[in-house]
Amino acid sequence: MDISFQEVSYVYQPKSPFEYRALHNLSFNIPSGSFVAVIGHTGSGKSTLLQHLNGLVQPTEGEVTVGEFRLKAGEKNKQLRALREKVGVVFQYPEHQLFEENVEKDIAFGPMNFGVPQEEIKQRTDEAITSVHLPKEILDRSPFDLSGGQMRRVAIAGVLAMNPEVLVLDEPTAGLDPSGQREIMNMFARIHKQKDLTTVLVTHSMEDALEYADHVIILNQGEVFMQGAPADIFQKKKELSEVQLDIPEIIQFLNQVEEKFNKEIPFHRQSVTELAKELAQMVKGGRDHE
Amino acid sequence: MKSISREIDLSSRGGNLVSVSQIEFRNVSFRYQEDMPWVLKNVSFSISENEWVAIIGHNGSGKSTIAKLMNGLLFPQEGEIVVDGQKVAAETVWSVRKSVGMVFQNPDNQFVGTTVRDDVAFGMENHGMPRPLMLERIEESLSAVGMSDYERQEPHRLSGGQKQRVAIASVLAVSPKYMILDEATAMLDPQGRKEILSTMLDVQEQRNLSLITITHDLHEVVQAERVLVMNEGEVWLEGTPRDIFAKKEQLTEIGLDTPFVTKLADELKSAGVDLSREPLNHQELLEELWTYHSKK
Amino acid sequence: MSSSMIIGQYIPGNSVVHRLDPRSKIAMIFFFVVIVFFANSVLSYGVLTLFAIGSAVATRIPIRYIVKGLKPVWFLIAFTFLLHLIVTKEGEVLTTILGWELYKGALIQGAAISLRFFLLIMVTSLLTLTTTPIEITDAIEQLLGPLKKVRFPVHELALMMSISLRFIPTLMQETEKISKAQASRGVDFRTGSFKDRIKAVVPLLVPLFVSAFKRAEELAMAMEARGYKGGEGRTKLRELQIGRTDYYIYILFVLVVVGLFLTRN
Repeated sequence: MDISFQEVSYVYQPKSPFEYRALHNLSFNIPSGSFVAVIGHTGSGKSTLLQHLNGLVQPTEGEVTVGEFRLKAGEKNKQLRALREKVGVVFQYPEHQLFEENVEKDIAFGPMNFGVPQEEIKQRTDEAITSVHLPKEILDRSPFDLSGGQMRRVAIAGVLAMNPEVLVLDEPTAGLDPSGQREIMNMFARIHKQKDLTTVLVTHSMEDALEYADHVIILNQGEVFMQGAPADIFQKKKELSEVQLDIPEIIQFLNQVEEKFNKEIPFHRQSVTELAKELAQMVKGGRDHE
Repeated sequence: MKSISREIDLSSRGGNLVSVSQIEFRNVSFRYQEDMPWVLKNVSFSISENEWVAIIGHNGSGKSTIAKLMNGLLFPQEGEIVVDGQKVAAETVWSVRKSVGMVFQNPDNQFVGTTVRDDVAFGMENHGMPRPLMLERIEESLSAVGMSDYERQEPHRLSGGQKQRVAIASVLAVSPKYMILDEATAMLDPQGRKEILSTMLDVQEQRNLSLITITHDLHEVVQAERVLVMNEGEVWLEGTPRDIFAKKEQLTEIGLDTPFVTKLADELKSAGVDLSREPLNHQELLEELWTYHSKK
Repeated sequence: MSSSMIIGQYIPGNSVVHRLDPRSKIAMIFFFVVIVFFANSVLSYGVLTLFAIGSAVATRIPIRYIVKGLKPVWFLIAFTFLLHLIVTKEGEVLTTILGWELYKGALIQGAAISLRFFLLIMVTSLLTLTTTPIEITDAIEQLLGPLKKVRFPVHELALMMSISLRFIPTLMQETEKISKAQASRGVDFRTGSFKDRIKAVVPLLVPLFVSAFKRAEELAMAMEARGYKGGEGRTKLRELQIGRTDYYIYILFVLVVVGLFLTRN
């Protein structure tokens, strides 16, 4: 589903001493099928943005469209349920939302609320648990007996079982160890392709944005600071440092190489192995000419 | 002056153990319940004065259990833990906790006070320190972590990184000899992690204090003087960060990541570029490459 | 958050009333509550009202805040008054409206009771308006101090109160987070039958309890690691101090009491 924000502003507790403008005149488009990373540090408006995608908040000004759904300032949307069925949100620390007596019931909770027939729910639960790489035996167990990593996967399965067309991920790897983080991100990349989803990843990790996203939106103080292809965005070291964001380590290193050797190795999403070959060629090549 | 009072403290306890300033694990084994598998198996190591030791290992390798044992929150079934000559046991636990401070993972769940200063005071109140000293230490330790402007702030108005800095200040206020950070940066954003890392560097430099950081963050590990790699309840590897990261294969075998620089150096070696030593950061790698480049 | 719903939510300030020792405030309110019942003449009520309004002015909190804060109580006060008009049948009949007789005694009693009610609520809300919850906690801990002798867990009670105060905002944030997460899984907290709405609360309450228990466990461990071993041998950072202002106010209060008894019938 296509997503678009048109001049969206959002104000918390308007006309009170606590008034706070979280989004300011925000406009962007996300074509269907993209994998978009939304980056910005705490307080940049990321989480307010993602709540709009699900109709959890309504724009104070402007308009948000998700597929055929429209959220407009001052207009009541009567299709919130339908919107929420299409847009699955994996919140930060999603394991905190588990509550049922067993994993199966918890995964079925979303589909059940949206009135999916019983037989289909069963099928979706099985599919979802496989999708997150957990054994089916786990379905009978209490979610509270599982390890932290397993709980998170169960919570994610609960969102996948709603069969959403848009998947919104709010720092899905927060608090996991590095290998757990990699597994979860690879899992989302696979599901994105398999199910032809539109994925919006809210993250702090430049490395993840670089590796998985095809479009990056950088937010700063509720406004779009920059957007574009990751490889282009992450070249703009100066602009990024203005908003206190780091560039991914590999690009940082390539810049340093250029400074030291006065030779550019362009960034083209090369792996460490490929980079090593390019570097080897450079340092050896230099030797041959001297 | 601090060390003098400690010496007196030690002699008055009249321990039969040698009075050295260090934490020592002697053949420690631990499990939570009798019918459960051992979390730590015959673990021995020591941490000396003013040292920075990083403990790494994937989840479930026994890292956090080590932290809790050091501070007497748990007691081993076998072996013993000795802190500054005192065996950690029910009778010594209060004085052990005074010299071994601890910062936990979740910034919210260790903030006891209703304001920043109340939280910093909590540990000192527990140890019965007189009020004038508390006031002095609050100021001193908040300034050490750069939180002086927040003295009267309430916790829910602070960021995660700020709360963790307060937690560090609370530990410093009691002026312990050892500070354990048990995945203290795991729940923070990159900004918060940077804040904590630079706080740790400052603290290590300015105070007479050993740091024990239990972490997944490779930036933290690189800063340490020594690394303990835990795997399945055992000390799997031990050495300087440079030595440890040179053993890339052994680390990947137990599912641990290595820094970008180490990976790249490794690939460079296979591409036929010989480096004279294992680089730990960009600068070192660039130097190595430069040397190689100009060597003829 | 609608501030009108919270009776006497703390408003920071630096007035005389703010600076009074919370123990003084609590003690005076206690005595005030007692002496209100001794008033029995217009003049004696006048003395008390003057004291209450004088104290309110001394807080330097805009009167509209105080009035707004009392909003939910106005209804109760009016209700008490009306109830007296209907039920009490004393004194001469003043007038008859549609066969219902209004007695003079009813009017007087109604007014007196409502005024008492108003004074009590007003004075107690001045306490919470000018004293932080943690100060109140400290004061209660001190005032109950003597009960320690009979093994009443005064310190534990105070600690419990202060930890609850500390975690209220955290748990409110958590509630909002979880309710949003469940809303996006299709839970509707707002519409549906009563039974449906009760059912919708389960997915909110279970995670909240689970997380509160986990927090409690971790907090207990963190407290222990920081050397907490109960109230014994503990020193305190927060100190309560009875100052000169407190003594002046005591004198003033004694004068009010004397005034009250002089003006009684």
